[in-house]
Amino acid sequence: MFYREAGDYKTSYAQDNQTFPIAFDRYRYYFVVAVGFALLPFVMTDYLANAILLPFLIYAIAAIGLNILVGYCGQVSLGTGGFMAVGAYTSYKLMTAFPWMDMVSVTLLSGLMTAIVGMAFGLPSLRIKGFYLAVATLAAQFFLVWLFNRVPWFFNYSASGQISAPERSMFGWAITGPAANPSVKYLFCLLFVFVLAWLARNLTRGSIGRQWMSIRDMDIAAEIIGVNPLRAKLSAFAVSSFYVGIAGSLFFTVYLGAVEVGASFGIQKSFLVLFMIIIGGLGSIFGSFAGAAFMVLLPVALTRIFADGFGWDTALARHIEFVIVGGLIMFFLIVEPHGLARLWALAKEKLRLWPFPY
Amino acid sequence: MKTLATLALGAALAAGPAMADLTFPSLSYRTGPYAANGIPFADGYADYFTLLNERDGGIGGEMANVLECETAYDTERGVECYEATKGEGALVYQPLSTGITYQLIPRASADGIPIHSMGYGRTSAANGSIFEWVFNYPANYWDGASVIINYLLQENEGSLEGRKIVLLYHNSAYGREPIRTLETLAEMHGFELVQLAVDHPGQEQGNQWLQIRRERPDFVIMWGWGVMNQVAVQEAANINFPMNNFYGVWWSGAEPDVLPAGAGADGYRSLNMNALGDLPVLDDIRQYVVDAGLAAGDGTNVGSVLYVRGMYAAMLAAEAARNAQEISGETNITPAMMRDGMESLVITEERMEELGMGGVGPAFEVTCENHGGPGLALIQEWDAEAQVWVTLTDFIAPDDSVIDPLIEEDSAAYAAENNIEPRCNES
Repeated sequence: MFYREAGDYKTSYAQDNQTFPIAFDRYRYYFVVAVGFALLPFVMTDYLANAILLPFLIYAIAAIGLNILVGYCGQVSLGTGGFMAVGAYTSYKLMTAFPWMDMVSVTLLSGLMTAIVGMAFGLPSLRIKGFYLAVATLAAQFFLVWLFNRVPWFFNYSASGQISAPERSMFGWAITGPAANPSVKYLFCLLFVFVLAWLARNLTRGSIGRQWMSIRDMDIAAEIIGVNPLRAKLSAFAVSSFYVGIAGSLFFTVYLGAVEVGASFGIQKSFLVLFMIIIGGLGSIFGSFAGAAFMVLLPVALTRIFADGFGWDTALARHIEFVIVGGLIMFFLIVEPHGLARLWALAKEKLRLWPFPY
Repeated sequence: MKTLATLALGAALAAGPAMADLTFPSLSYRTGPYAANGIPFADGYADYFTLLNERDGGIGGEMANVLECETAYDTERGVECYEATKGEGALVYQPLSTGITYQLIPRASADGIPIHSMGYGRTSAANGSIFEWVFNYPANYWDGASVIINYLLQENEGSLEGRKIVLLYHNSAYGREPIRTLETLAEMHGFELVQLAVDHPGQEQGNQWLQIRRERPDFVIMWGWGVMNQVAVQEAANINFPMNNFYGVWWSGAEPDVLPAGAGADGYRSLNMNALGDLPVLDDIRQYVVDAGLAAGDGTNVGSVLYVRGMYAAMLAAEAARNAQEISGETNITPAMMRDGMESLVITEERMEELGMGGVGPAFEVTCENHGGPGLALIQEWDAEAQVWVTLTDFIAPDDSVIDPLIEEDSAAYAAENNIEPRCNES
């Protein structure tokens, strides 16, 4: 019924290879993109942008980045928070040192800086793997947070150690700072999400992505068939850190505007993003979005329902929320260990056959 | 699909209830590592407004409405809470978190909602000519640091020459605030300052106390909060550090901080910006709020250090609202009127007496230039036997000659970063 392939003829290789080969799926994707770009900016409110959509979009970038490393290349990383901090502090240093620089360049350069740092910390992956690599990246997490706390140059010697984003605008529209319009902030992030997700999807479908996946599945076999593990692993670390760095940069400049490294980029941030991709689905771009939505939106929605809707005590609402989110995580992992992305794929399979399953 | 769902969710949230009352949001934290300190403060804040509603019929005839939102001391949640509550006519924000205050300063300044960070937040916000919407009366961190040093000077015949003082601080914007002041004071009075940072949430302090043992400091000053206080007091007791030489800031001197260490905490000292004791208003709260079953908590916190401080914060907000009503002639005030009310707030001994909390804080006046108040604080000592905080001194004044130039310097840096023209010159 839905997602049917009958009559959907492919007449070229390009058509056959497209990301969404089923016409219905493709139109759904166009619809979501159209809603995101053309409808949502016009109904944007401060609350919708600052409390829901900005964190969702930014965490989606971070989740895609981590998914490239963990889900596609099989290198476990617990350093996401630290790498986000690299992105944020690079943005801060660039914005304060070069006030003329536009935000797109600042964000991209922050991503590049993080890619370099990520590659450096990815070097141990050539010798160690699995849990041992996780511990090595954990060291990156703690080292980076310590560094940004310790060296006053990174926070321009401010008394409190906080960094705060000055106002920057593009085409006359403020993007950072308190005066920025929520629609503009949203569109700026959405643009990055759209381009980066598109890029990630195509990277993982191409030869680099196949190298990553062969390393993930069995590194010795991959080496025998001619995959260079040095290049594959380090490129995964670089691309992943690039994404995570951009997420950290946007997190600081557009979303929060002022951060403190210990509170915002601590170990709990690394775990949060890791949970996102585990719940969303390892090795899936859609899963990164689904996981980010799950971890960002669910707590907010539950708080609003329990505390505002039912008028419960806020502490009770928060504790119930812990229970429900924790319970749902366990439920999903037991029922569907491959995450929300797998559920989505199964639903699509079912819908293709519906109403005549066999 | 997902975007539609978020859209629907957003629409449902936007159509929340609209309140006509005077709304005082309380960004509280009753969960997480800082809950032990967050709960009594939030209870005191909410109960005082309940008392005003029940006993006096609100403020100037308008009911006060406390909107509580749980932040768990987390900045992202704090921003969510701010965005969720600001549309409900929020008059003043008191986030009780320096990190969240830093987030809210630019946002609230742009939205035109005052912030009152009482004894926390950005210290240089005391300069009202730069920070139009931010207030931190009656005292700030730099005052606190200076008061401790002044007290130590007084105790040690006016000289700290050659002494060694350790600053044990929460490794965040909060804990780092006093460093600059203490460095300046160290140079001035010739003592050696050793800085030891404790990372969030503060449960791991073994190394720091090992180092304190090795350094053999004369005094330890602590800038801690939440679980960090309890662990520090316990660790100090474990290494037999003389508790009389261990001083906490006003956020490190409440009952939950010292009770876990038992008798070992006896003699631990801290600052306080609000006096304790048998305030008549507490009886009113017991009568009208707790016994009527309207208390925000279970009523056991009434009279504790942080409860009284929360109540004191609520009193200052209520008095500012009353002042704003007088200035504007309207009872249903806006955030802008509230700001005017805060900027011309005058707290006198008589007024505090009238409110049933005589001497709870110093008398002070807020002006356009000075949003910071007089900066007075007193020293209290924990009596583990009786389980009470004993007030040792009167309110002690800080060394303004040290702090004022620092405030000037830091606020000027903020003004330059954000292109702010100083106000207050015309009058």
